[in-house]
Amino acid sequence: MSDVVVRTDGLTKRYPGGLLAVDELDLEVHEGDLFGFLGPNGAGKSTTIRMMLGLVFPTAGNVEILGCPIPKRGGDALSQVGALIEGPGFYPHLSGRRNLTLFDAAGKNGTRSTRTRRLDDVLERVGLADVGRRPVRAYSMGMRQRLGLAAALLRHPRLLILDEPTNGLDPQGIHELRTLFVDLVQEGTTVFLSSHLLSEVELICTRAAMMANGRLVAQDRVEALLAPTGVLRIESPDASVAANVLRSRRIPVEWLDRTHLRVHLNGEPAEEVNSLLVNQGVRIRELARERPTLEDVFLGLTGSTALEPSSDPPTETATEEPS
Amino acid sequence: MIAVELSKLVRRPRTWVTIALLAGLPVVVGIFLKVTGIAPAPGSGPALLSEVLNNGVLFPAAALALILPVFLPVAVAVVAGDAIAGEASAGTLRYLLARPVTRGRLIASKVIMALTFIALAIGIVAIVNLIAGASLFGIKPLTSLSGTGLSTREALARTVLAILYIGWSMLGLAGIALFASTRTDSPLAAALTALAAFVTSQVLDLIDATQAIKPYLPTHYWLAFVDLFRDPILWRGIQRGVALQAVYLVIFLGAAWASFATKDVTS
Repeated sequence: MSDVVVRTDGLTKRYPGGLLAVDELDLEVHEGDLFGFLGPNGAGKSTTIRMMLGLVFPTAGNVEILGCPIPKRGGDALSQVGALIEGPGFYPHLSGRRNLTLFDAAGKNGTRSTRTRRLDDVLERVGLADVGRRPVRAYSMGMRQRLGLAAALLRHPRLLILDEPTNGLDPQGIHELRTLFVDLVQEGTTVFLSSHLLSEVELICTRAAMMANGRLVAQDRVEALLAPTGVLRIESPDASVAANVLRSRRIPVEWLDRTHLRVHLNGEPAEEVNSLLVNQGVRIRELARERPTLEDVFLGLTGSTALEPSSDPPTETATEEPS
Repeated sequence: MIAVELSKLVRRPRTWVTIALLAGLPVVVGIFLKVTGIAPAPGSGPALLSEVLNNGVLFPAAALALILPVFLPVAVAVVAGDAIAGEASAGTLRYLLARPVTRGRLIASKVIMALTFIALAIGIVAIVNLIAGASLFGIKPLTSLSGTGLSTREALARTVLAILYIGWSMLGLAGIALFASTRTDSPLAAALTALAAFVTSQVLDLIDATQAIKPYLPTHYWLAFVDLFRDPILWRGIQRGVALQAVYLVIFLGAAWASFATKDVTS
Protein backbone atom coordinates (compact mmCIF):
# COMPACT_ATOMS: atom_id res chain seq x y z
CA MET A 1 0.00 0.00 0.00
CA SER A 2 1.26 3.48 -0.80
CA ASP A 3 1.96 6.00 1.92
CA VAL A 4 -0.95 7.87 3.40
CA VAL A 5 -0.24 11.59 3.17
CA VAL A 6 -3.46 12.90 4.69
CA ARG A 7 -5.66 10.97 7.05
CA THR A 8 -8.62 12.34 8.95
CA ASP A 9 -10.49 10.17 11.32
CA GLY A 10 -13.90 11.10 12.70
CA LEU A 11 -12.92 14.73 12.15
CA THR A 12 -15.60 17.05 13.51
CA LYS A 13 -15.80 20.80 13.95
CA ARG A 14 -18.60 22.60 15.71
CA TYR A 15 -17.98 26.36 15.81
CA PRO A 16 -18.78 28.24 19.03
CA GLY A 17 -21.95 29.63 17.41
CA GLY A 18 -23.25 26.04 17.17
CA LEU A 19 -22.67 25.57 13.44
CA LEU A 20 -21.60 21.99 12.69
CA ALA A 21 -19.20 22.69 9.85
CA VAL A 22 -17.57 19.26 9.55
CA ASP A 23 -19.21 16.07 10.77
CA GLU A 24 -17.29 12.81 11.29
CA LEU A 25 -15.08 13.16 8.24
CA ASP A 26 -12.82 10.26 7.24
CA LEU A 27 -10.45 11.15 4.44
CA GLU A 28 -7.47 9.27 3.08
CA VAL A 29 -5.11 10.77 0.54
CA HIS A 30 -2.22 8.67 -0.75
CA GLU A 31 1.19 9.72 -1.91
CA GLY A 32 1.08 10.69 -5.58
CA ASP A 33 -2.65 11.35 -5.70
CA LEU A 34 -4.11 14.30 -7.49
CA PHE A 35 -6.96 14.40 -5.06
CA GLY A 36 -10.11 16.38 -5.78
CA PHE A 37 -11.97 17.66 -2.72
CA LEU A 38 -15.39 18.66 -3.89
CA GLY A 39 -18.54 20.18 -2.65
CA PRO A 40 -20.63 23.30 -2.90
CA ASN A 41 -19.71 26.48 -1.05
CA GLY A 42 -20.40 25.99 2.64
CA ALA A 43 -20.00 22.21 2.57
CA GLY A 44 -17.13 22.33 5.09
CA LYS A 45 -14.18 22.08 2.69
CA SER A 46 -12.40 25.17 3.95
CA THR A 47 -12.89 24.29 7.60
CA THR A 48 -11.44 20.84 6.86
CA ILE A 49 -8.42 22.41 5.15
CA ARG A 50 -7.94 24.81 8.06
CA MET A 51 -7.96 21.86 10.46
CA MET A 52 -5.39 20.09 8.26
CA LEU A 53 -3.14 23.15 8.57
CA GLY A 54 -3.58 23.66 12.31
CA LEU A 55 -5.51 26.92 11.94
CA VAL A 56 -8.79 25.63 13.33
CA PHE A 57 -8.89 23.15 16.20
CA PRO A 58 -11.13 20.09 15.77
CA THR A 59 -13.99 19.54 18.21
CA ALA A 60 -13.43 15.79 17.85
CA GLY A 61 -11.42 13.38 15.75
CA ASN A 62 -7.88 13.49 14.41
CA VAL A 63 -5.90 14.81 11.48
CA GLU A 64 -2.59 13.37 10.38
CA ILE A 65 -0.45 15.02 7.74
CA LEU A 66 2.58 13.06 6.48
CA GLY A 67 2.16 10.81 9.49
CA CYS A 68 2.26 13.66 12.05
CA PRO A 69 -0.76 14.50 14.19
CA ILE A 70 -1.97 18.08 13.68
CA PRO A 71 -1.75 20.48 15.46
CA LYS A 72 0.51 18.64 17.92
CA ARG A 73 3.39 17.98 15.52
CA GLY A 74 2.47 20.61 12.98
CA GLY A 75 5.99 21.99 12.96
CA ASP A 76 7.41 18.77 11.47
CA ALA A 77 4.72 18.14 8.92
CA LEU A 78 3.63 21.55 7.75
CA SER A 79 7.07 22.74 6.71
CA GLN A 80 6.79 20.09 3.97
CA VAL A 81 3.37 21.33 2.91
CA GLY A 82 2.57 24.18 0.56
CA ALA A 83 -0.86 25.73 0.79
CA LEU A 84 -3.17 28.18 -0.88
CA ILE A 85 -5.94 28.89 1.60
CA GLU A 86 -9.04 30.76 0.43
CA GLY A 87 -7.21 33.22 -1.72
CA PRO A 88 -3.69 34.55 -1.43
CA GLY A 89 -2.57 36.87 1.40
CA PHE A 90 0.24 39.37 0.92
CA TYR A 91 1.55 42.67 2.23
CA PRO A 92 0.21 45.03 -0.41
CA HIS A 93 2.93 47.69 -0.12
CA LEU A 94 5.75 45.22 -0.80
CA SER A 95 6.79 43.62 -4.10
CA GLY A 96 5.88 40.03 -4.89
CA ARG A 97 9.50 38.96 -4.53
CA ARG A 98 9.87 40.70 -1.15
CA ASN A 99 6.65 39.05 0.03
CA LEU A 100 7.93 35.62 -0.93
CA THR A 101 11.29 36.31 0.75
CA LEU A 102 9.62 37.28 4.04
CA PHE A 103 7.33 34.27 3.86
CA ASP A 104 10.23 31.93 3.17
CA ALA A 105 12.30 33.40 6.02
CA ALA A 106 9.45 33.11 8.52
CA GLY A 107 9.76 29.38 9.20
CA LYS A 108 11.71 26.16 8.75
CA ASN A 109 13.08 24.76 5.46
CA GLY A 110 13.53 28.24 4.02
CA THR A 111 17.27 27.83 3.42
CA ARG A 112 18.75 31.19 2.65
CA SER A 113 21.49 30.02 0.31
CA THR A 114 19.00 28.53 -2.13
CA ARG A 115 16.36 31.23 -1.77
CA THR A 116 17.15 33.36 -4.83
CA ARG A 117 17.21 30.32 -7.08
CA ARG A 118 14.00 28.91 -5.60
CA LEU A 119 12.30 32.30 -6.00
CA ASP A 120 13.34 32.50 -9.65
CA ASP A 121 12.15 28.94 -10.24
CA VAL A 122 8.68 29.34 -8.78
CA LEU A 123 8.05 32.75 -10.31
CA GLU A 124 8.99 31.30 -13.68
CA ARG A 125 6.79 28.31 -13.06
CA VAL A 126 3.64 30.32 -12.30
CA GLY A 127 4.28 32.77 -15.11
CA LEU A 128 5.37 35.78 -13.05
CA ALA A 129 9.05 35.76 -14.04
CA ASP A 130 9.07 39.29 -15.45
CA VAL A 131 6.73 40.99 -13.03
CA GLY A 132 9.46 43.30 -11.72
CA ARG A 133 9.37 45.36 -8.56
CA ARG A 134 5.76 46.52 -8.56
CA PRO A 135 4.02 46.30 -5.19
CA VAL A 136 1.43 43.54 -4.86
CA ARG A 137 -1.16 46.30 -4.49
CA ALA A 138 -0.82 46.87 -8.25
CA TYR A 139 -1.29 43.19 -9.17
CA SER A 140 -4.40 41.91 -10.90
CA MET A 141 -6.43 39.24 -9.13
CA GLY A 142 -5.03 36.55 -11.42
CA MET A 143 -1.46 37.67 -10.67
CA ARG A 144 -2.09 37.54 -6.94
CA GLN A 145 -3.46 34.05 -7.33
CA ARG A 146 -0.32 33.04 -9.21
CA LEU A 147 1.88 34.64 -6.56
CA GLY A 148 -0.03 32.69 -3.90
CA LEU A 149 0.70 29.53 -5.80
CA ALA A 150 4.36 30.51 -6.07
CA ALA A 151 4.47 30.88 -2.27
CA ALA A 152 2.98 27.41 -1.91
CA LEU A 153 5.57 25.89 -4.26
CA LEU A 154 8.55 27.73 -2.82
CA ARG A 155 9.91 24.91 -0.68
CA HIS A 156 9.23 21.99 -3.04
CA PRO A 157 6.47 20.65 -0.81
CA ARG A 158 5.64 16.94 -0.62
CA LEU A 159 2.00 17.88 -0.28
CA LEU A 160 0.29 20.81 -1.92
CA ILE A 161 -3.05 21.87 -0.46
CA LEU A 162 -4.94 24.20 -2.74
CA ASP A 163 -8.27 25.77 -1.93
CA GLU A 164 -10.04 27.00 -5.06
CA PRO A 165 -6.76 27.71 -6.89
CA THR A 166 -8.34 28.75 -10.17
CA ASN A 167 -10.37 31.61 -8.69
CA GLY A 168 -9.83 34.80 -10.62
CA LEU A 169 -7.97 33.16 -13.49
CA ASP A 170 -8.96 33.38 -17.13
CA PRO A 171 -9.48 30.19 -19.19
CA GLN A 172 -5.89 30.34 -20.45
CA GLY A 173 -4.63 30.63 -16.84
CA ILE A 174 -6.84 27.77 -15.72
CA HIS A 175 -5.47 25.59 -18.49
CA GLU A 176 -1.87 26.46 -17.49
CA LEU A 177 -2.59 25.57 -13.88
CA ARG A 178 -4.08 22.21 -14.82
CA THR A 179 -0.94 21.40 -16.76
CA LEU A 180 1.17 22.56 -13.81
CA PHE A 181 -0.73 20.30 -11.39
CA VAL A 182 -0.32 17.28 -13.63
CA ASP A 183 3.43 18.06 -13.95
CA LEU A 184 3.77 18.39 -10.19
CA VAL A 185 2.12 15.05 -9.59
CA GLN A 186 4.46 13.46 -12.11
CA GLU A 187 7.37 14.91 -10.15
CA GLY A 188 6.05 13.13 -7.06
CA THR A 189 4.11 15.89 -5.30
CA THR A 190 0.76 14.95 -3.86
CA VAL A 191 -1.85 17.56 -4.77
CA PHE A 192 -4.97 18.09 -2.69
CA LEU A 193 -7.25 20.27 -4.76
CA SER A 194 -10.39 21.71 -3.27
CA SER A 195 -12.97 23.10 -5.64
CA HIS A 196 -16.64 23.72 -6.13
CA LEU A 197 -16.16 23.41 -9.88
CA LEU A 198 -16.70 19.71 -10.37
CA SER A 199 -15.94 19.67 -14.06
CA GLU A 200 -12.52 21.17 -13.36
CA VAL A 201 -11.60 18.27 -11.12
CA GLU A 202 -13.07 15.65 -13.43
CA LEU A 203 -10.49 16.55 -16.05
CA ILE A 204 -7.35 15.98 -14.01
CA CYS A 205 -7.93 14.29 -10.66
CA THR A 206 -7.16 10.66 -9.97
CA ARG A 207 -9.14 10.40 -6.75
CA ALA A 208 -11.89 12.51 -5.30
CA ALA A 209 -13.95 13.02 -2.19
CA MET A 210 -17.27 14.82 -2.12
CA MET A 211 -18.70 16.74 0.80
CA ALA A 212 -22.15 18.10 1.43
CA ASN A 213 -23.36 19.77 4.61
CA GLY A 214 -20.21 18.83 6.51
CA ARG A 215 -20.41 15.13 5.67
CA LEU A 216 -18.50 12.95 3.28
CA VAL A 217 -20.81 11.63 0.57
CA ALA A 218 -18.29 9.78 -1.57
CA GLN A 219 -14.58 9.02 -1.77
CA ASP A 220 -13.14 6.94 -4.57
CA ARG A 221 -11.04 6.89 -7.70
CA VAL A 222 -12.50 9.31 -10.21
CA GLU A 223 -12.63 6.47 -12.74
CA ALA A 224 -14.85 4.48 -10.40
CA LEU A 225 -17.07 7.44 -9.61
CA LEU A 226 -17.55 8.01 -13.31
CA ALA A 227 -18.26 4.35 -14.18
CA PRO A 228 -20.78 3.82 -16.99
CA THR A 229 -24.37 4.03 -15.83
CA GLY A 230 -25.62 0.99 -17.71
CA VAL A 231 -27.41 3.12 -20.25
CA LEU A 232 -26.58 3.13 -23.94
CA ARG A 233 -27.30 6.11 -26.16
CA ILE A 234 -27.98 5.36 -29.78
CA GLU A 235 -28.42 7.76 -32.66
CA SER A 236 -29.84 6.19 -35.79
CA PRO A 237 -31.96 7.26 -38.74
CA ASP A 238 -33.76 3.92 -38.25
CA ALA A 239 -34.52 4.53 -34.59
CA SER A 240 -38.01 3.08 -34.71
CA VAL A 241 -36.75 -0.19 -36.20
CA ALA A 242 -34.08 -0.33 -33.53
CA ALA A 243 -36.65 0.24 -30.77
CA ASN A 244 -38.80 -2.61 -32.08
CA VAL A 245 -35.85 -5.01 -32.33
CA LEU A 246 -34.74 -4.24 -28.78
CA ARG A 247 -38.23 -4.38 -27.28
CA SER A 248 -38.76 -7.79 -28.89
CA ARG A 249 -35.71 -8.90 -26.88
CA ARG A 250 -37.22 -7.38 -23.70
CA ILE A 251 -34.57 -4.67 -23.54
CA PRO A 252 -36.21 -1.45 -22.25
CA VAL A 253 -35.91 1.55 -24.54
CA GLU A 254 -36.73 5.24 -24.06
CA TRP A 255 -37.20 7.77 -26.84
CA LEU A 256 -35.30 11.00 -26.61
CA ASP A 257 -36.38 12.29 -30.02
CA ARG A 258 -37.00 10.83 -33.48
CA THR A 259 -33.42 9.66 -33.97
CA HIS A 260 -32.14 9.19 -30.40
CA LEU A 261 -32.77 6.28 -28.04
CA ARG A 262 -31.72 5.47 -24.50
CA VAL A 263 -31.29 1.76 -23.96
CA HIS A 264 -31.24 0.23 -20.46
CA LEU A 265 -28.71 -2.54 -20.77
CA ASN A 266 -29.52 -4.48 -17.58
CA GLY A 267 -26.24 -6.33 -17.82
CA GLU A 268 -26.37 -6.89 -21.56
CA PRO A 269 -22.94 -5.98 -23.04
CA ALA A 270 -23.06 -2.92 -25.26
CA GLU A 271 -21.26 -4.73 -28.07
CA GLU A 272 -23.99 -7.42 -28.15
CA VAL A 273 -26.67 -4.79 -28.57
CA ASN A 274 -24.62 -3.20 -31.33
CA SER A 275 -24.16 -6.40 -33.30
CA LEU A 276 -27.81 -7.33 -32.82
CA LEU A 277 -28.96 -4.03 -34.33
CA VAL A 278 -26.47 -4.11 -37.19
CA ASN A 279 -27.52 -7.67 -38.07
CA GLN A 280 -31.12 -6.47 -38.27
CA GLY A 281 -30.07 -3.83 -40.80
CA VAL A 282 -30.28 -0.87 -38.44
CA ARG A 283 -27.94 1.90 -39.56
CA ILE A 284 -26.16 3.33 -36.55
CA ARG A 285 -24.79 6.86 -36.61
CA GLU A 286 -23.51 6.87 -33.06
CA LEU A 287 -23.52 4.51 -30.10
CA ALA A 288 -22.06 5.32 -26.70
CA ARG A 289 -22.30 4.17 -23.12
CA GLU A 290 -23.62 6.96 -20.94
CA ARG A 291 -21.17 8.13 -18.29
CA PRO A 292 -22.20 10.46 -15.50
CA THR A 293 -20.36 13.69 -14.88
CA LEU A 294 -19.12 14.31 -11.35
CA GLU A 295 -21.98 16.72 -11.04
CA ASP A 296 -24.47 13.96 -11.82
CA VAL A 297 -22.78 11.70 -9.28
CA PHE A 298 -22.82 14.43 -6.68
CA LEU A 299 -26.45 15.35 -7.24
CA GLY A 300 -27.37 11.68 -7.19
CA LEU A 301 -25.59 11.06 -3.90
CA THR A 302 -26.96 14.11 -2.16
CA GLY A 303 -30.45 13.38 -3.43
CA SER A 304 -30.81 16.88 -4.84
CA THR A 305 -32.37 15.41 -7.99
CA ALA A 306 -33.75 11.95 -8.61
CA LEU A 307 -31.09 10.33 -10.70
CA GLU A 308 -30.65 6.85 -12.07
CA PRO A 309 -29.22 4.44 -11.28
CA SER A 310 -30.30 4.56 -7.68
CA SER A 311 -27.07 3.90 -5.85
CA ASP A 312 -26.55 2.68 -2.36
CA PRO A 313 -26.92 5.12 0.49
CA PRO A 314 -24.16 7.72 0.58
CA THR A 315 -21.26 5.92 2.18
CA GLU A 316 -17.67 5.49 1.34
CA THR A 317 -17.31 3.16 -1.59
CA ALA A 318 -14.76 0.38 -1.34
CA THR A 319 -11.51 1.60 -2.75
CA GLU A 320 -9.03 -0.22 -4.87
CA GLU A 321 -5.59 0.99 -4.03
CA PRO A 322 -3.65 2.32 -6.96
CA SER A 323 -0.15 1.14 -6.30
CA MET B 1 10.83 35.19 12.60
CA ILE B 2 12.01 38.13 14.69
CA ALA B 3 14.14 39.33 11.79
CA VAL B 4 11.11 38.99 9.51
CA GLU B 5 8.98 41.11 11.85
CA LEU B 6 11.63 43.81 12.15
CA SER B 7 12.06 43.82 8.40
CA LYS B 8 8.31 44.33 7.97
CA LEU B 9 8.39 47.15 10.54
CA VAL B 10 11.18 49.10 8.86
CA ARG B 11 9.88 48.51 5.34
CA ARG B 12 6.52 49.91 6.19
CA PRO B 13 6.10 53.56 5.18
CA ARG B 14 3.65 54.08 8.03
CA THR B 15 6.38 53.47 10.62
CA TRP B 16 8.47 56.35 9.34
CA VAL B 17 5.56 58.72 8.78
CA THR B 18 4.43 58.17 12.37
CA ILE B 19 7.92 58.74 13.76
CA ALA B 20 8.40 61.85 11.61
CA LEU B 21 5.14 63.30 12.95
CA LEU B 22 6.09 62.42 16.53
CA ALA B 23 9.47 64.12 16.15
CA GLY B 24 8.07 67.07 14.21
CA LEU B 25 5.45 68.28 16.67
CA PRO B 26 7.92 69.34 19.41
CA VAL B 27 10.14 71.02 16.80
CA VAL B 28 7.15 73.13 15.74
CA VAL B 29 6.46 74.04 19.36
CA GLY B 30 10.16 74.91 19.85
CA ILE B 31 10.16 77.22 16.84
CA PHE B 32 7.12 79.08 18.18
CA LEU B 33 8.78 79.50 21.56
CA LYS B 34 11.97 80.76 19.96
CA VAL B 35 10.22 83.19 17.62
CA THR B 36 7.82 84.68 20.16
CA GLY B 37 10.02 84.26 23.23
CA ILE B 38 6.87 83.50 25.20
CA ALA B 39 7.39 80.46 27.44
CA PRO B 40 4.65 79.00 29.63
CA ALA B 41 4.84 80.37 33.14
CA PRO B 42 6.85 78.08 35.46
CA GLY B 43 4.59 75.35 36.87
CA SER B 44 1.99 75.71 34.12
CA GLY B 45 1.77 74.23 30.64
CA PRO B 46 3.46 70.97 29.55
CA ALA B 47 6.18 69.68 31.84
CA LEU B 48 9.63 71.30 31.58
CA LEU B 49 8.56 73.58 28.74
CA SER B 50 8.90 76.73 30.84
CA GLU B 51 12.61 75.99 31.22
CA VAL B 52 13.64 75.30 27.65
CA LEU B 53 13.74 78.90 26.52
CA ASN B 54 16.78 79.35 28.74
CA ASN B 55 18.39 76.01 27.99
CA GLY B 56 18.09 73.60 25.07
CA VAL B 57 19.43 70.70 27.10
CA LEU B 58 15.98 70.07 28.51
CA PHE B 59 14.33 70.15 25.10
CA PRO B 60 14.41 66.38 24.34
CA ALA B 61 12.71 65.63 27.65
CA ALA B 62 10.25 68.48 27.10
CA ALA B 63 9.57 67.12 23.60
CA LEU B 64 8.73 63.69 24.99
CA ALA B 65 6.52 65.35 27.60
CA LEU B 66 4.64 67.01 24.73
CA ILE B 67 3.91 63.79 22.86
CA LEU B 68 3.40 61.67 25.98
CA PRO B 69 -0.19 62.64 26.84
CA VAL B 70 -1.81 61.76 23.47
CA PHE B 71 0.36 61.42 20.42
CA LEU B 72 2.75 58.71 21.58
CA PRO B 73 0.06 56.47 23.15
CA VAL B 74 -2.01 56.71 19.96
CA ALA B 75 0.97 55.65 17.86
CA VAL B 76 1.77 52.75 20.21
CA ALA B 77 -1.88 51.62 20.25
CA VAL B 78 -2.04 51.69 16.45
CA VAL B 79 1.21 49.76 15.92
CA ALA B 80 0.64 47.17 18.66
CA GLY B 81 -3.06 46.89 17.79
CA ASP B 82 -2.07 46.08 14.22
CA ALA B 83 0.25 43.26 15.31
CA ILE B 84 -2.03 40.23 14.92
CA ALA B 85 -5.25 41.82 13.64
CA GLY B 86 -3.34 43.49 10.80
CA GLU B 87 -2.04 40.10 9.63
CA ALA B 88 -5.56 38.72 9.92
CA SER B 89 -7.07 41.48 7.83
CA ALA B 90 -4.33 41.27 5.19
CA GLY B 91 -4.93 37.51 4.93
CA THR B 92 -1.33 36.76 5.87
CA LEU B 93 -2.01 35.36 9.35
CA ARG B 94 -3.24 32.01 8.01
CA TYR B 95 -0.17 31.70 5.80
CA LEU B 96 2.25 32.53 8.62
CA LEU B 97 0.65 29.96 10.93
CA ALA B 98 0.55 27.32 8.19
CA ARG B 99 4.14 28.10 7.21
CA PRO B 100 4.30 26.95 10.10
CA VAL B 101 5.22 29.57 12.68
CA THR B 102 4.06 28.52 16.13
CA ARG B 103 1.60 30.86 17.77
CA GLY B 104 3.84 31.54 20.76
CA ARG B 105 6.68 32.48 18.47
CA LEU B 106 4.49 34.77 16.43
CA ILE B 107 3.27 36.61 19.54
CA ALA B 108 6.83 36.85 20.87
CA SER B 109 8.13 38.35 17.66
CA LYS B 110 5.21 40.79 17.60
CA VAL B 111 6.09 41.89 21.14
CA ILE B 112 9.67 42.50 20.06
CA MET B 113 8.41 44.38 17.02
CA ALA B 114 6.26 46.64 19.24
CA LEU B 115 9.13 47.24 21.68
CA THR B 116 11.44 48.07 18.80
CA PHE B 117 8.93 50.56 17.47
CA ILE B 118 8.68 52.27 20.86
CA ALA B 119 12.45 52.42 21.23
CA LEU B 120 12.91 53.64 17.68
CA ALA B 121 10.23 56.32 18.00
CA ILE B 122 11.41 57.65 21.34
CA GLY B 123 15.07 57.49 20.36
CA ILE B 124 14.52 59.41 17.15
CA VAL B 125 12.27 61.98 18.85
CA ALA B 126 14.96 62.54 21.50
CA ILE B 127 17.84 62.87 19.04
CA VAL B 128 15.95 65.14 16.64
CA ASN B 129 14.86 67.37 19.49
CA LEU B 130 18.26 67.41 21.14
CA ILE B 131 19.59 68.83 17.89
CA ALA B 132 16.61 71.19 17.62
CA GLY B 133 16.98 72.29 21.26
CA ALA B 134 20.72 72.86 20.94
CA SER B 135 20.38 74.91 17.79
CA LEU B 136 17.31 76.90 18.94
CA PHE B 137 18.18 77.55 22.57
CA GLY B 138 21.80 76.49 23.11
CA ILE B 139 23.18 74.13 25.73
CA LYS B 140 23.99 75.51 29.18
CA PRO B 141 24.45 74.08 32.65
CA LEU B 142 21.04 73.43 34.09
CA THR B 143 19.24 74.56 37.18
CA SER B 144 17.25 71.59 38.47
CA LEU B 145 13.57 71.92 39.26
CA SER B 146 14.59 71.99 42.91
CA GLY B 147 16.83 74.99 42.30
CA THR B 148 20.30 73.44 42.55
CA GLY B 149 22.80 73.33 39.72
CA LEU B 150 23.32 70.39 37.32
CA SER B 151 26.18 69.97 34.87
CA THR B 152 25.30 69.44 31.20
CA ARG B 153 26.64 65.91 31.50
CA GLU B 154 24.38 65.20 34.47
CA ALA B 155 21.44 66.78 32.64
CA LEU B 156 21.99 64.54 29.62
CA ALA B 157 22.27 61.46 31.82
CA ARG B 158 18.96 62.31 33.44
CA THR B 159 17.45 62.94 30.02
CA VAL B 160 18.49 59.42 28.99
CA LEU B 161 16.85 58.05 32.15
CA ALA B 162 13.70 60.03 31.34
CA ILE B 163 13.66 58.63 27.81
CA LEU B 164 13.97 55.08 29.13
CA TYR B 165 11.22 55.69 31.65
CA ILE B 166 8.85 57.14 29.06
CA GLY B 167 9.52 54.20 26.76
CA TRP B 168 8.90 51.81 29.64
CA SER B 169 5.64 53.65 30.40
CA MET B 170 4.27 52.53 27.03
CA LEU B 171 4.60 48.81 27.84
CA GLY B 172 1.27 48.48 29.62
CA LEU B 173 -0.58 50.10 26.76
CA ALA B 174 1.33 48.00 24.20
CA GLY B 175 0.31 44.86 26.12
CA ILE B 176 -3.34 45.90 26.15
CA ALA B 177 -3.24 46.67 22.41
CA LEU B 178 -1.59 43.32 21.64
CA PHE B 179 -4.21 41.47 23.63
CA ALA B 180 -6.98 43.35 21.81
CA SER B 181 -5.21 42.51 18.55
CA THR B 182 -5.65 38.78 19.19
CA ARG B 183 -9.37 39.19 19.84
CA THR B 184 -10.40 40.79 16.55
CA ASP B 185 -9.58 40.65 12.85
CA SER B 186 -9.78 44.42 12.56
CA PRO B 187 -6.63 46.40 13.39
CA LEU B 188 -8.76 49.51 13.83
CA ALA B 189 -10.93 47.83 16.45
CA ALA B 190 -7.85 46.64 18.33
CA ALA B 191 -6.27 50.12 18.34
CA LEU B 192 -9.54 51.70 19.45
CA THR B 193 -9.92 49.20 22.28
CA ALA B 194 -6.45 50.05 23.56
CA LEU B 195 -7.16 53.77 23.21
CA ALA B 196 -10.43 53.36 25.09
CA ALA B 197 -8.49 51.75 27.95
CA PHE B 198 -5.97 54.60 27.82
CA VAL B 199 -8.61 57.37 27.83
CA THR B 200 -10.54 55.67 30.63
CA SER B 201 -7.38 55.52 32.70
CA GLN B 202 -6.63 59.20 32.03
CA VAL B 203 -10.18 60.28 32.96
CA LEU B 204 -10.27 58.21 36.14
CA ASP B 205 -6.92 59.69 37.10
CA LEU B 206 -8.36 63.22 36.90
CA ILE B 207 -11.19 62.94 39.42
CA ASP B 208 -11.03 62.75 43.19
CA ALA B 209 -13.62 59.99 43.60
CA THR B 210 -11.18 57.38 42.26
CA GLN B 211 -8.49 58.04 44.88
CA ALA B 212 -8.46 54.40 45.98
CA ILE B 213 -7.63 52.95 42.55
CA LYS B 214 -5.44 55.73 41.16
CA PRO B 215 -2.11 54.07 41.99
CA TYR B 216 -3.16 51.10 39.83
CA LEU B 217 -4.17 53.05 36.73
CA PRO B 218 -1.76 52.35 33.86
CA THR B 219 -1.23 56.04 33.09
CA HIS B 220 -0.96 57.25 36.69
CA TYR B 221 2.83 57.42 36.93
CA TRP B 222 3.51 58.51 33.35
CA LEU B 223 4.47 62.05 34.35
CA ALA B 224 6.70 60.84 37.18
CA PHE B 225 9.65 61.19 34.77
CA VAL B 226 9.66 64.90 35.72
CA ASP B 227 10.96 63.82 39.13
CA LEU B 228 14.19 62.78 37.43
CA PHE B 229 14.99 66.48 37.03
CA ARG B 230 14.71 67.20 40.74
CA ASP B 231 17.74 67.22 43.01
CA PRO B 232 17.94 64.76 44.62
CA ILE B 233 15.86 62.57 42.27
CA LEU B 234 12.47 61.53 43.69
CA TRP B 235 12.56 57.81 43.00
CA ARG B 236 9.26 56.77 44.55
CA GLY B 237 6.93 57.51 41.60
CA ILE B 238 9.50 56.23 39.11
CA GLN B 239 9.86 52.92 40.90
CA ARG B 240 6.14 52.43 41.21
CA GLY B 241 5.63 53.36 37.57
CA VAL B 242 8.24 50.86 36.40
CA ALA B 243 6.73 48.07 38.50
CA LEU B 244 3.16 48.87 37.48
CA GLN B 245 3.97 48.83 33.75
CA ALA B 246 5.74 45.48 34.14
CA VAL B 247 2.67 44.03 35.86
CA TYR B 248 0.34 45.29 33.13
CA LEU B 249 2.62 43.97 30.42
CA VAL B 250 2.88 40.52 31.97
CA ILE B 251 -0.87 40.22 32.58
CA PHE B 252 -1.91 41.31 29.11
CA LEU B 253 0.77 39.36 27.26
CA GLY B 254 -0.32 36.29 29.20
CA ALA B 255 -3.91 36.99 28.21
CA ALA B 256 -2.88 37.59 24.59
CA TRP B 257 -0.99 34.31 24.47
CA ALA B 258 -3.83 32.36 26.10
CA SER B 259 -6.37 33.91 23.77
CA PHE B 260 -4.33 33.39 20.62
CA ALA B 261 -3.03 29.88 21.36
CA THR B 262 -6.53 28.43 21.49
CA LYS B 263 -8.19 30.55 18.84
CA ASP B 264 -9.64 29.20 15.59
CA VAL B 265 -8.06 31.27 12.86
CA THR B 266 -10.82 31.80 10.31
CA SER B 267 -9.56 35.05 8.81
